[in-house]
Amino acid sequence: MVKVEKKKLIAAVLVIFLLFPLILPRFYVYLTSLIMIYGLLATSLNLVLGYGGIFQFHHCVFYGVGAYATALILTKTSLHPIFAFIAGPICGSVLSLILGIVCIRLSKLYFGMLQISLGSLVWAIVYRWYSFTGGDDGIHGIPIPEIFASTNGAFYFALMITTVSMFVIYGIVNSPFGKTLQGIRDNPVRCEMIGVNVRLHQLLALTISGFFAGVAGMLFVVVDTTVFPELLFWTLSLEVLIMCLVGGWFTFFGPMLGAGIIILLRTVVSTYTVYWALVLGIILTLVIFFLPNGVLGFIEEKFGRGLKRENV
Amino acid sequence: MFEAKGLSKSFDGFMAVSRVDLSVEKGEMVAVIGPNGAGKTTFFNLITGILKPDSGRIVYKGEDITGLSPYEIFRKGISRSFQIVNVFQRLTVFENVQLSVLSRENKTWDLITNASKLYTDETEKILEQVGLLEKKNTVSGFLSHGEQKILEIAIALGGKPEFMILDEPTAGMSPEETVRCMELIKRLREEMDLTILFCEHDMDVVFGYANRIMVMVRGETIIQGTCDEVKCNRLVQEAYLGLSDE
Repeated sequence: MVKVEKKKLIAAVLVIFLLFPLILPRFYVYLTSLIMIYGLLATSLNLVLGYGGIFQFHHCVFYGVGAYATALILTKTSLHPIFAFIAGPICGSVLSLILGIVCIRLSKLYFGMLQISLGSLVWAIVYRWYSFTGGDDGIHGIPIPEIFASTNGAFYFALMITTVSMFVIYGIVNSPFGKTLQGIRDNPVRCEMIGVNVRLHQLLALTISGFFAGVAGMLFVVVDTTVFPELLFWTLSLEVLIMCLVGGWFTFFGPMLGAGIIILLRTVVSTYTVYWALVLGIILTLVIFFLPNGVLGFIEEKFGRGLKRENV
Repeated sequence: MFEAKGLSKSFDGFMAVSRVDLSVEKGEMVAVIGPNGAGKTTFFNLITGILKPDSGRIVYKGEDITGLSPYEIFRKGISRSFQIVNVFQRLTVFENVQLSVLSRENKTWDLITNASKLYTDETEKILEQVGLLEKKNTVSGFLSHGEQKILEIAIALGGKPEFMILDEPTAGMSPEETVRCMELIKRLREEMDLTILFCEHDMDVVFGYANRIMVMVRGETIIQGTCDEVKCNRLVQEAYLGLSDE
């Protein structure tokens, strides 16, 4: 019963999104594109965070690298744009695999700390390498293929790719691999004891997660036509982490919802005050106190999966 | 069927397990007993690959399995349950056991299939055998302690083991739960033709169910034998009752 309703809800949301460019001003269409991109980014993080129990603190590295890979191919080569769109995700996943191999030997918080340092190293390279990446100027006015170049075109492109990606991630989460990942999150030792090679599974999860972060990065280039080093600065990673927490990191759509909440709030709050970070801090504190499972986690507990727990 | 020869393990100079020999024949139910800190859990950790022995060999069905990792040992047909509750807290009871079955069937790399439809029959059969079928949709973290211990065993069964290692299966259970749990283990052993190695503090349980007993004190084996032999042994009495000076 609930499942059917869920499908209808998703279909309804999709239809509404399809109509957005027809009814909303350009700025809001752009904003919705951003929400989808960050939602996808947060969902890709949540694959390893909420489902995998890996403290990936510096997830934006793969997002930024994906964006830069796309941007560099579009500006510096004459390859067909399709290569640029593919290169983003591939660079994201390859880098994620490499950093993963180095970091996976450490557990929990130590993984996160090492990951932040290595990720910051990548950021430093991008930041300082003027001749190649444009340094802190970034790259502007990236030529996008004509059909996606308009705000609406970019929106539909982002909508299409995000929808497909979300379906794929949803499939992965519910696959045997996804279940195994959740098992590893709950109890890595026990997982080894039932015949699971924990590290290899975690590495695959990190690679997949990096791939979709790269997809999000590629989408950002299409929507924004710029790249800049802040895309892989660790504060952005933190913000994406907060999106997961606010939306609900043990739910599938939580991070997407969290991205919507955070980005909308940031847009609104920023028009009144420069102290956005302060507001964000207060929101996070409130959420942790009152909704430890996030907004969607709270809703599910109240109305949906709470049923599972009634025979406690 | 299973043989440990001269297993030793020390932690910073402390001999946790020292030259332990143990052989288990097919179909046997062998108990390891000993006071707290005797090295029983360390011994089990050595057998199941969580720890690597400093010296000694472990042979299972004629094959040397010393130094293999836990997941490789599981695939040889050796399953284990833990002393402290060690289940997948956020997964449902069904998913807990299903995961074990999926792993045995090498399906954990499958990214495409919907897991909820895989091996449902076998998983439900295992849950029925241990009496947890009604609770299959409960998130396992919400089960009572006794039920979680049973679920431990169910997870271990998911691997279709021939040799099961149970680390204090009844720890923390009430007397009634203890009896029910041991009867369950006995029944499973008969139904599934299992060989069982377990450790336990409750002497009634040990003498009531084990064919053979190994007694460990301070990392060393002081005796191996049948229940009667162990009961009458002076060293055992010393270790447990402190009768040495009388």
